[in-house]
Amino acid sequence: MPKRTDINKILIIGSGAIIIGQACEFDYSGTQACKALKEEGYEIVLVNSNPATIMTDPDFADRTYVEPITADTVELVIEKERPQALLPTLGGQTALNVSVELAESGVLEKYDVELIGAKLPAIQKAEDRGLFKEAMVKIGLDVPKSGISHTLQDAIALIDEIGFPAIIRPAFTLGGTGGGIAYNIEEYQKMVTAGLALSPINELLIEESIIGWKEFELEVMRDGGDNVVIICSIENVDPMGVHTGDSITVAPIQTLTDKEYQLMRDSAIKIIREIGVDTGGSNIQFAVDPKTGKQVVIEMNPRVSRSSALASKATGFPIAKIAAKLAVGYNLDEIPNDITAETPACFEPTIDYVVVKIPRWAFEKFQGTDETLTTMMKSVGEAMSIGGTFKEALQKGLRSLENGWSGFDNHPLEQIPLSEISSKLTIPNVERIFYIKSALKRGMSIDEIYGYTHIDPFFLYNLQEIVDFENNLEASDLQAFIEDGDIAETESESLLLKAKQLGFSDRQLAELFDVSENQVRETRKRIGIEATYKTVDTCAAEFEAETPYYYSTCSSEDEVRPTEKEKIMILGGGPNRIGQGIEFDYCCVHAAMALKTDGYETIMVNSNPETVSTDYDTSDRLYFEPLTCEDVLNIFDKEKPIGVIVQFGGQTPLNLAMALKEAGVPIIGTSPEDIARSENRQLFKEVLDEIGLMQPPNATVTSSEEAIPIASSLGYPVIVRPSFVLGGRAMQIVYDEQPLQEYMDSAVQASPEHPVLIDKYLEEAIEVDVDAISDGQFTVIGGVMEHIEEAGVHSGDSDCVLPPYTLVDDQIDQLKEYTYLLAKALNVCGLMNVQYAIKNDELYVLEVNPRASRTVPFVSKAIGVPLAKLAARVMAGKTLKELGFTNEIVPEYFSVKAPVFPFNRFPGANSRLGPEMKSTGEVMGIDTDVSRAFAKAQKACGYTLPLKGNAFISVRNKDKRAVIFLAKKLTDMGFDLIATHGTAKVLLRNGMDVQLVYSIGKGRPTIHDYIKNHAVDLIINTPTGDLHRTNELLIRQMAIEHDIPIFSTIPGAAAAVNAIDALQRGEISVRPLQDYHK
Amino acid sequence: MKAILALSDGTVFEGQQFGATGETVGEVVFNTSMTGYQEVLTDPSYKGQIVTMTYPLIGNYGCNEVDIESIGPQVEGFVVREYSAYHSNWRSQWSLDDYLAENGIIGIQNIDTRALTRRLRVHGVMNGCLATEAAEGDLEAEGLVEKAKSWHGLVGWDLVKRVTCPNPYAWNQRINSDFQIEDSSSTEKAKYRVIAMDFGIKYNILRQLTEHGCEVQVVPATTPADEILAADPDGVFLSNGPGDPMPLDYGIKTIQELMGKKPIFGICLGHQLLGLALGGKTYKLKFGHRGANQPVKHFETDQVEITSQNHGFCVDIDSLPNTVDITHINLNDDTLEGMEHREYPVFSVQYHPEASPGPHDASYLFSRFTEMME
Repeated sequence: MPKRTDINKILIIGSGAIIIGQACEFDYSGTQACKALKEEGYEIVLVNSNPATIMTDPDFADRTYVEPITADTVELVIEKERPQALLPTLGGQTALNVSVELAESGVLEKYDVELIGAKLPAIQKAEDRGLFKEAMVKIGLDVPKSGISHTLQDAIALIDEIGFPAIIRPAFTLGGTGGGIAYNIEEYQKMVTAGLALSPINELLIEESIIGWKEFELEVMRDGGDNVVIICSIENVDPMGVHTGDSITVAPIQTLTDKEYQLMRDSAIKIIREIGVDTGGSNIQFAVDPKTGKQVVIEMNPRVSRSSALASKATGFPIAKIAAKLAVGYNLDEIPNDITAETPACFEPTIDYVVVKIPRWAFEKFQGTDETLTTMMKSVGEAMSIGGTFKEALQKGLRSLENGWSGFDNHPLEQIPLSEISSKLTIPNVERIFYIKSALKRGMSIDEIYGYTHIDPFFLYNLQEIVDFENNLEASDLQAFIEDGDIAETESESLLLKAKQLGFSDRQLAELFDVSENQVRETRKRIGIEATYKTVDTCAAEFEAETPYYYSTCSSEDEVRPTEKEKIMILGGGPNRIGQGIEFDYCCVHAAMALKTDGYETIMVNSNPETVSTDYDTSDRLYFEPLTCEDVLNIFDKEKPIGVIVQFGGQTPLNLAMALKEAGVPIIGTSPEDIARSENRQLFKEVLDEIGLMQPPNATVTSSEEAIPIASSLGYPVIVRPSFVLGGRAMQIVYDEQPLQEYMDSAVQASPEHPVLIDKYLEEAIEVDVDAISDGQFTVIGGVMEHIEEAGVHSGDSDCVLPPYTLVDDQIDQLKEYTYLLAKALNVCGLMNVQYAIKNDELYVLEVNPRASRTVPFVSKAIGVPLAKLAARVMAGKTLKELGFTNEIVPEYFSVKAPVFPFNRFPGANSRLGPEMKSTGEVMGIDTDVSRAFAKAQKACGYTLPLKGNAFISVRNKDKRAVIFLAKKLTDMGFDLIATHGTAKVLLRNGMDVQLVYSIGKGRPTIHDYIKNHAVDLIINTPTGDLHRTNELLIRQMAIEHDIPIFSTIPGAAAAVNAIDALQRGEISVRPLQDYHK
Repeated sequence: MKAILALSDGTVFEGQQFGATGETVGEVVFNTSMTGYQEVLTDPSYKGQIVTMTYPLIGNYGCNEVDIESIGPQVEGFVVREYSAYHSNWRSQWSLDDYLAENGIIGIQNIDTRALTRRLRVHGVMNGCLATEAAEGDLEAEGLVEKAKSWHGLVGWDLVKRVTCPNPYAWNQRINSDFQIEDSSSTEKAKYRVIAMDFGIKYNILRQLTEHGCEVQVVPATTPADEILAADPDGVFLSNGPGDPMPLDYGIKTIQELMGKKPIFGICLGHQLLGLALGGKTYKLKFGHRGANQPVKHFETDQVEITSQNHGFCVDIDSLPNTVDITHINLNDDTLEGMEHREYPVFSVQYHPEASPGPHDASYLFSRFTEMME
């Protein structure tokens, strides 16, 4: 069928803020969809609250609504835009849920909007456990046995059918608390009773345990002509029991025979037809009993998913793009395969390499939480690697994670005797693969390790091969060979070659032989071992590839031919982590787009499969490679670009900058030396002294003995942190000597190599972020962002407002002046970000980052100027004047950025905000009124501010004055107040009615009782210091669990109260970026 | 142990031996299927060929007595990037290494199979010599290249005689849902009697025919038409097989004599022979179609089937007489994939609806055959 002509305007819904389980893969899919449908001539209306996405760039859709993705807001967009169709399958679960809500409530019918891709009944059938099970039984497929219980009696009746071991999952408990596996009836009764009590709706899901079974996924596509193809098969190294997002996975499937694979393929085809997904991609998960081969269906996602992004990058087949084209009527055989250009998209990609995906976690930021990997996803990012063998791909993948691992290396683990290692193997954890190594090194057999891990022996054997070879290396003369230089020695040469074939990095070999990475590199080059590059071509070389998408593998032929053009290489940000995510990918993509328009050939290097930067059509050449010095230099040696951009990919490429420069790589933009001047405390002090700017009093110490007297001379509280950190890692505010001592002793082992920075903490200062761009001569302010929370909360975790909402012109002028001076002093060429604190009318410089910052996409969207694009062109030699950007833009509307936190995944972790960043993503709210913009941002975060109800207030003493006004306003707006003793007394004295609750442990009812009774709608709770920490933590945790908006600072609470006021005064309206930017 | 694969164009790949040792020559071809190496190894259509798998890890799930397409491995040699010495699967009985060694098939691993594949794609399939080291340093690449060059190649060579059954036999096996071999004669009575001409038949064709209610008698390729007609079957099946169809004049003659008298269904070589019998021409493809992902359009339904294929020769689509309709076409290169006679109950496909290895999208063709026999 050709494309539909009865529709011309299509609504696409994005996935909102980056959260665990829903990251930039949906920017990748949404961006592809926008591009594909625009190319077909459709008018695209887009709703997505996440400003850091490429899809919300005003060029990608015709009408871009950066508005909350909630049914009521999307309805406003529909009302205004009147699209004929809604494509719900490309924006993750968020888009799917909102689309279902709109369909079920009759909104789509009311405005005559057709769901394309997947219709409501299909979505319901796939998403509803009961309906799905019924559908599977109908087509003769097995599902794990399961049932729902509301009473102990139900549960006991159910267990006969399900059998032991059984998994008990209480519904709606935070982080699945109260769940577990029961092996006998006694245990079962105990767990059921406890689980029922914990579940807020007294509901349990009881399931047959298939923990330890092999887990597989198929990515399936179907078109309107009922053609179905499998794009990619994936095998999880970690068996059932670990969420696929937390599993190491491999593409394609490794351990199924063709007969078994075809059985699974037949099932997948039956499933997509029975569920009735009309067109597009779906992800179907299977479990296989390793003993009998029995296959059961786990679940189906009737939409593109994280795995689809992985599958697209793993095969070169652009699932989201094709899904979008199928949704408007094309059949698969009518769409060309971009990679071969000559063959159609209707085929099944076949690959001739091995792909490994490894997750990256951030448990270090959520101490106190259970770090066991379970069926609930906890990872924040992932790296993908491509290699000729599993061993090579795994080692590349491990070093791609940038966790400090050089491969399947010997980094220090908790020292435990072999006899006790079984718990580290049995209970899935972040470092399990390294505990396996430790076990193998100490001679544990594959069978025994299998017994503990249930990881298929095929994978364990491959790990064993790496370990065995490493043992050979250690026993060899390779160290002497590397150190001595020019002896020719065949045995050593072939050993080194074999090491590279097995994926050992130069650094890993350097660590093994106690030599420098450079020595390994030189030795390797001397004997002619170079990386060779191959193409990802969807067809295992059967056809010639048109798209330049490459990976390295140690082999005999390098098939990649560099061109003679002038090239610029852009280093990406690697796997997502807290503090470095989609914002940096956005900048890298912009750099590629901008430099292409200036006629350069662009080369992208990245290892994150979720990203737009790793789309084969974003840059002229894509190298899907780890961002390590070795891998980047190899590409550099091959491509010989005239410049390399390191300032767009976050800390990852910056960390490489010096080493690259020393190896002769031309870094363009701000020089690595100047970057170092901004990062090195001593050098930066000199810069500030020179231009006469102020910093909070501070010092650098290398031991705790040194720290104590210095801290007391600066005066408590102080902020302490290790030097060179990202996202405020291990950064703390310390109020006293005792905690400082603890911090110095435990959190950071301070040493001359690892100094600790101590800053005077400016309490209750206003924090301001300034983004600017400079061409080396001339600097233009991109945006001035006033934080709502006071200084001390990490800038990534603060709400901020552009333009400032309380600062006066003089202050803003001073901020700009300081920024110009800093840009000049640091010879900035490209982007820069400065963080300031204003206290008692004094302006302090907190930090300067002469690189793209997290806020660049937000600012760009707020002011309507693509700063990253301009910066890339400036770095390549253009002046701001030539580019026509010489005047700062101060919008007449307000843009509010609000962070989104993953605390619901980490029960037990300290959820208080501080200098260490904990948010995973952010949203943007825009309005002409600052309070409404704040309300929109809150809504986009998932916190709908209440318009009436009970407000609970409990503040520390120093906030009691400030809270009177807020409380009074709340009562005026019709709220009832609940407060703890101290706060209640103050409010009563000031003439307000207050219901009193007891502090926890001092009587009943407590606030917990109120929350449990659903009698709290808003919480204002400012921390009182460490004394009541557990009390506050409990309140925060309960608020998170019950989705109650909670504000822990007075400015935050004030913004919320004003926002509620604004909401009470009138409905929110929606407006596209294109209209704001006019 | 060292092994060398030398191509007739002088390219030499050095790797390590696995499986058997010795020396062999054949046409070097590549297969892009990511699963099913045991089925590939045992497919008689690979007679005369040294097969390289483009998927780099081979041997992962071992070998078993069920996943075979003929009595044993048929390839002349086997080329992989990495042979997995560990085999992991609940059905696995032997390692691939043992399986090949037992059956005298030489394997070579640790070579750049993508480089080899690209060479074959660009220059076309070529002859090669695969040899393993008997003593330290006895492998001379130059000599092996010469052997590859002087080998006669597949064109004009009757390879069917090497793989067809010596005597007729009745097929009575099926694979149950637990992937175990069962005697099919005990199950319900067959509705159709089919004679299958064995040009190198794959077991799964026979299993499929059995599944579709056929009682199958397999006969040697040289069986004349009168003998077949004397048995009065409900239909005749023309099997797949190795090599060039042109020299098989005996088979072509038999088919010509059967046409119009019995329903006929041909697969792969059977399809090519039917094409020749109809007066069409065949030619050699540059590098053939070998894999499990070939898109084929079925004109009747307008749907695309993902098919399993293994052929180096092809019926020239323009040479077909107007007594036949083109039913299927390859979407990658528009070559002929299926045809049907306008008057007689005769049809054939170039690809493998029996799959094994590969997708089951086209198994409806067996029903089509039984419908013709109704």
